[in-house]
Amino acid sequence: MPYQPIKFYQTGSFVVGNRLLDVEARSTQSDPKRANTLTSGHRACQGCGEALGARYALDTVSRVTGGKMIASNATGCLEVFSTPFPETSWQIPWIHSLFGNAPAVATGIAAAMRVKGRDDVRVVGQGGDGGTVDIGFGCLSGMFERNDDVLYICYDNEAYMNTGVQRSGATPGGARTATTQPVGPHPGNEFGQGKNLPRIAMAHEIPYVGTATVADLRDLEYKVEKAMTFRGARYLHILVTCPLGWGSASRDSIRIARLAVETGIFPVFEAERGEVTGVTKIRRRVPVEEYLKLQRRYAHLFGKKPQPEILHNIQAAADRNITRYGLLDDTPDDLKPPGEAKDAATSGHDEAQPEDSETDAMALTSESFEGAR
Amino acid sequence: MLSQIEGSKAVADAVAQCRPEVICAYPISPQTHIVEGLSKLVKTGDLTPCEYINVESEFAAMSVAIGSSAAGARTYTATASQGLLYMVEAVYNASGLGLPIVMTVANRAIGSPINIWNDHSDTMSQRDSGWIQLYAETNQEAADLHIQAFKLAEELSLPVMVCMDGFILTHAYERIDQPTQEQVDAYLPPFTPRQTLDPDNPVSIGAMVGPEAFSEVRYLAHAKQMLALERIPELAVEFNEIFGRESGGLIHTYRADDAETMIVALGSVLGTIKDTVDEMRDEGHKIGVLGITSFRPFPQQQVREALVNAQRVLVLEKALAVGIGGIVSANVRTSLSGVQLRGYTAIAGLGGRAITRESLRSLFENAEADALEPLTFVDMDWELVQRELQRDQLIRRPGTAYEHQELNPGLVAAQLP
Repeated sequence: MPYQPIKFYQTGSFVVGNRLLDVEARSTQSDPKRANTLTSGHRACQGCGEALGARYALDTVSRVTGGKMIASNATGCLEVFSTPFPETSWQIPWIHSLFGNAPAVATGIAAAMRVKGRDDVRVVGQGGDGGTVDIGFGCLSGMFERNDDVLYICYDNEAYMNTGVQRSGATPGGARTATTQPVGPHPGNEFGQGKNLPRIAMAHEIPYVGTATVADLRDLEYKVEKAMTFRGARYLHILVTCPLGWGSASRDSIRIARLAVETGIFPVFEAERGEVTGVTKIRRRVPVEEYLKLQRRYAHLFGKKPQPEILHNIQAAADRNITRYGLLDDTPDDLKPPGEAKDAATSGHDEAQPEDSETDAMALTSESFEGAR
Repeated sequence: MLSQIEGSKAVADAVAQCRPEVICAYPISPQTHIVEGLSKLVKTGDLTPCEYINVESEFAAMSVAIGSSAAGARTYTATASQGLLYMVEAVYNASGLGLPIVMTVANRAIGSPINIWNDHSDTMSQRDSGWIQLYAETNQEAADLHIQAFKLAEELSLPVMVCMDGFILTHAYERIDQPTQEQVDAYLPPFTPRQTLDPDNPVSIGAMVGPEAFSEVRYLAHAKQMLALERIPELAVEFNEIFGRESGGLIHTYRADDAETMIVALGSVLGTIKDTVDEMRDEGHKIGVLGITSFRPFPQQQVREALVNAQRVLVLEKALAVGIGGIVSANVRTSLSGVQLRGYTAIAGLGGRAITRESLRSLFENAEADALEPLTFVDMDWELVQRELQRDQLIRRPGTAYEHQELNPGLVAAQLP
């Protein structure tokens, strides 16, 4: 994300207030004329990270294409909660075919646009982690290899949530799901070799690969914008919180996504043609426990029979990400972009304060919401 | 223009003349020559504008076809056998979405045991998929049916499978009357989709439908396909007006007048059957033929009318429904509800075994004498089967039966006279 002088951070979140930015740098979502590609009234759970990520991502595609876009959607939560017949929340041309073929359907749409000379119409494929890293993987890899002109977005909530929270190839080690229950000598998901799809996408040397989370939505918008400046196959992997599957409070969705980044568990970066071109530095490194303890899917690590070994493995994976992507900022202050270090320092934030004030703010919001109902 | 060409080449040329805009395919024998021909035509620029997509699986082939057809492009693919099974989920999806994709299936057996030769097991497995299924008797008809298939598919907004016998047709060189581009253009108008993915008129395609409307949606699919029963004969007439030959239609009868014995079949074996029937007719046998071109939708009324005056009906099938026997015969019998006549099913030509005139002659004579079992297997090596069944009684071993067979090499090879 390009730097610009930042004047003030929103309380607790480290996200800059939109109104404080230059007009051209403002969020798509701040535009009263935003597309609302995924409009209100759908049936996602409260606090659904996927709904949030999808709206920000597709609204941004809509903005940069002037609404000339078509989306192909894999089976999954996003499809089910948005299109129960006879209703739809999509205000764009949208097709759902099957669980495992969204990238191939997108390829077909892109081919049709090319043959009809409609270069102005851009194609997006999207699905959850099951539809992307498991059942749709063949179609996705084929789409990458042919370099079809498709932006594919994976909303990764790390399990098959739509069918009731079963393990997927993206489920992290140690996590409990309905098919990796917290029982026996090795509770939760086994630690396999992992299936790191952003890196697999990079191995295809496609024009652009990016990761993002719903904690930093302006960065998510930037990644989408950046992806749309390329032609050919592009891949965005967005970590989206799932209160249902992760056993977290709906109000913690953004906070948990942020902690996934700040612990090093989910590295946020971008890559072009297989080379990393940018990483989002960790502003305030925290141990993985801070992330894990907010989620009941990890509760068995801290219960009557603590699992220090699993905890160690998770921390080791986070540490490896930090080393691999250089996530810790070792840049001297005077080389930092204007506003980065100095403003943060002068605004009087210390390291502990944001967390507390955020919690208070969240609680307040929650109460107000309850009161309003 | 008359050409002596391979069946696959004839189909590739006919498909190209239909101006498909997107072609996507994955290699599988015996369909390969068709898409190889098309890929070349796209590469040379003879077929333009057209996108040829080399996909990574048949599942992707049908999925790309779904995307391009939904986005308003005339779309073609081809497959066979295991490939058809691999794409089944998308095959059903394409018909459920009402996408007018045309697909050639070069009919081939299904494993295990793996077998690349011809029978109808593959397309018969998809008879309930919601696709229209047309079976070609000759290479001329195979080429012609593709031209009619695009028109039929696009008028009804339904996908069409053109089924042609693998190797027997796809790899056979025959004289073909190849149409001119002008003829095809006069017959087949440009594709106007009923509904398309268009940013100027956004629609959501593929919503989730619950119990409140699912039965109705399925009925509508049935009602829509049944419209083809009216349209297919009309398309054959229109075809004849422009191309000057009879091709297509729902069914064809051959020397059926006053026939006491009727033989029913699909596909290329009809040629051998007709030769055998000619021979028998010349000797005074009252025997005739019913060839079914449209297996889906199944022309019940026409089949009934063609068979109702016979005394017996023998359905010759190139597929075996394990556990019951015939597939086509079950459909034929549904059409003959309430009609008293003797019905026989003969399974022949599985996995590419040649169906000879000699075998057919003896089968038909046995039928005439009502000396057939209800379910007959043509040219079965009963000695081998009995030996294996007996051994199976004595020795219980894991593994499938075929692995134990002491296969007679002569049995595997095509038994040509």
